[in-house]
Amino acid sequence: MAHPMRGATAITGLGMTPMGRIYGKSATELAADAIASAIADAGLKKDQIDGLLINAGITGIIGGGINLGLQNYTGLTNLRLMNHMDGAGSTAAQMVQYASMAIANGMANHVVCVFADAPLKDGAKSGASYSGGNRTPARPKGMAGLSQAAGFFGANTGYAMAAQRHMAKYGTNHDQLGTIAVGQRQWAMMNPLAQMRSAITLEDYHNSRWVVNPLHLLDCCLVSNGAVAVIVSAADVAKDMPQPPVYVWGMGQGHPGNPARAGFEPETETGGILAAKTAFAMAGVGPEDIDQCQLYDCYTYTVLVTLEDYGFCKKGEGGAFVEDGKLGPGGSLPTNTGGGELSAYYMWGMSPLSEAVIQGRGHGGERQQKNDVILCTGNGGILSYHGALVLSPNRS
Amino acid sequence: MADTETPARPLPEADDESAPFFEGGMKGILRLMKCTDCGAFRLPARKHCDTCLSQGFEWVDASGRGKVFTFSIMHQQFHPGFKVPYNLATIELDEGPRINTNLVGIADDDIRVGMDVVVDWEQHEDVALPKFRPA
Repeated sequence: MAHPMRGATAITGLGMTPMGRIYGKSATELAADAIASAIADAGLKKDQIDGLLINAGITGIIGGGINLGLQNYTGLTNLRLMNHMDGAGSTAAQMVQYASMAIANGMANHVVCVFADAPLKDGAKSGASYSGGNRTPARPKGMAGLSQAAGFFGANTGYAMAAQRHMAKYGTNHDQLGTIAVGQRQWAMMNPLAQMRSAITLEDYHNSRWVVNPLHLLDCCLVSNGAVAVIVSAADVAKDMPQPPVYVWGMGQGHPGNPARAGFEPETETGGILAAKTAFAMAGVGPEDIDQCQLYDCYTYTVLVTLEDYGFCKKGEGGAFVEDGKLGPGGSLPTNTGGGELSAYYMWGMSPLSEAVIQGRGHGGERQQKNDVILCTGNGGILSYHGALVLSPNRS
Repeated sequence: MADTETPARPLPEADDESAPFFEGGMKGILRLMKCTDCGAFRLPARKHCDTCLSQGFEWVDASGRGKVFTFSIMHQQFHPGFKVPYNLATIELDEGPRINTNLVGIADDDIRVGMDVVVDWEQHEDVALPKFRPA
């Protein structure tokens, strides 16, 4: 018997701003742009929106991020569901889950889920916005200060440590990680919204500078200003709305955290393992049924370890799995078909979700792939938080 | 020796929970907070045990030995006090908890996951930092 939530809701609206070095608008203003586009895209009037779920990006931490004030800025006065959510990079998938649970139980009709970020400043380097180095106090309190005293700063270091562990344990190599970067750039070249659209080779990858060895520059995602909003509605009404509905078949979360002691290793076995179980069971599918993947790709390594955790290959065999280029154009498992966070735009979990909606609608243009079953994942912290969606253009 | 030409690196300062750790460091002893109910170690030191949520604890002298769980080489200048490149290492102590540190007494190119290491205290005026060197 099918799970009652399978196909109960659908994504009916999508709004996106230009992405990247977009200046002159605050995160709140970018969010409002995306919300307005999503409402128009869904053929709704503003007063029909009765749910608002908000997720700030890095500006939620460093300042200037969107918050509950977005409600009054956009004048959404009929809300029956509202929250400012934070599951880091897993939030986008989570927002669709909470929206779907509310809608399926009659507690909301049309829920806007929005992400916005504006960390880039005109004339400043991308890395500066995420580093945290200049925000470290001279005398950090307690043992947590040991990491800062040793020079651990930013997400790059955490993911470098995780990737190194995988490489040492399983023999994963840079040719394999680089193949992910090259494939995604090929996809990005077909995406008008992508920030990076010049071809790269495996040699370019190897020659790109070290950020934190073992991570080359081309292992790391972009930094972007921009906003994405999606609208979730009941499947019964979605079928009569203007855009092809993208039905939600499966949803799941998995949050191992990181206890940082023997016996726990989210660095190489992430929350994707748990999220996959729930989402695949709800959708009634397995990895063999997935036509395309939209995977959170803050780093090339994140893609590789996620594929293992969803059972596309065995644990430790992700490197061998990806090295034939099967994730890129023409490959057997099209993945991050818009270029992903590595080459298109970094809107946290909204990067994979926005591309999943575009593909689910069949609006991918020259990059459109078979879309009957789409896996969309979100990952946050240092592989500590995870959200999953299984999406389809078919209601059942 | 601190390089007087560059800005100071951040230096941790004891809080209520971690005072015995930092006092031990000044004497060259690696101390760990241990739960008196379930025996799990707490690193960093904190009021609650993250295994059983007990607030009971004792401080024990650890072996100071462990293995390199993972490492990386930082090439990005995030803090003006650090000269790149430098190594970052996470050590899994023989007692179980993992600690973030730097390796000393070894070239960055020679660092390997799984290496046996031992604590090597870096003394500053009012605090000592637990670095690790090959055992």
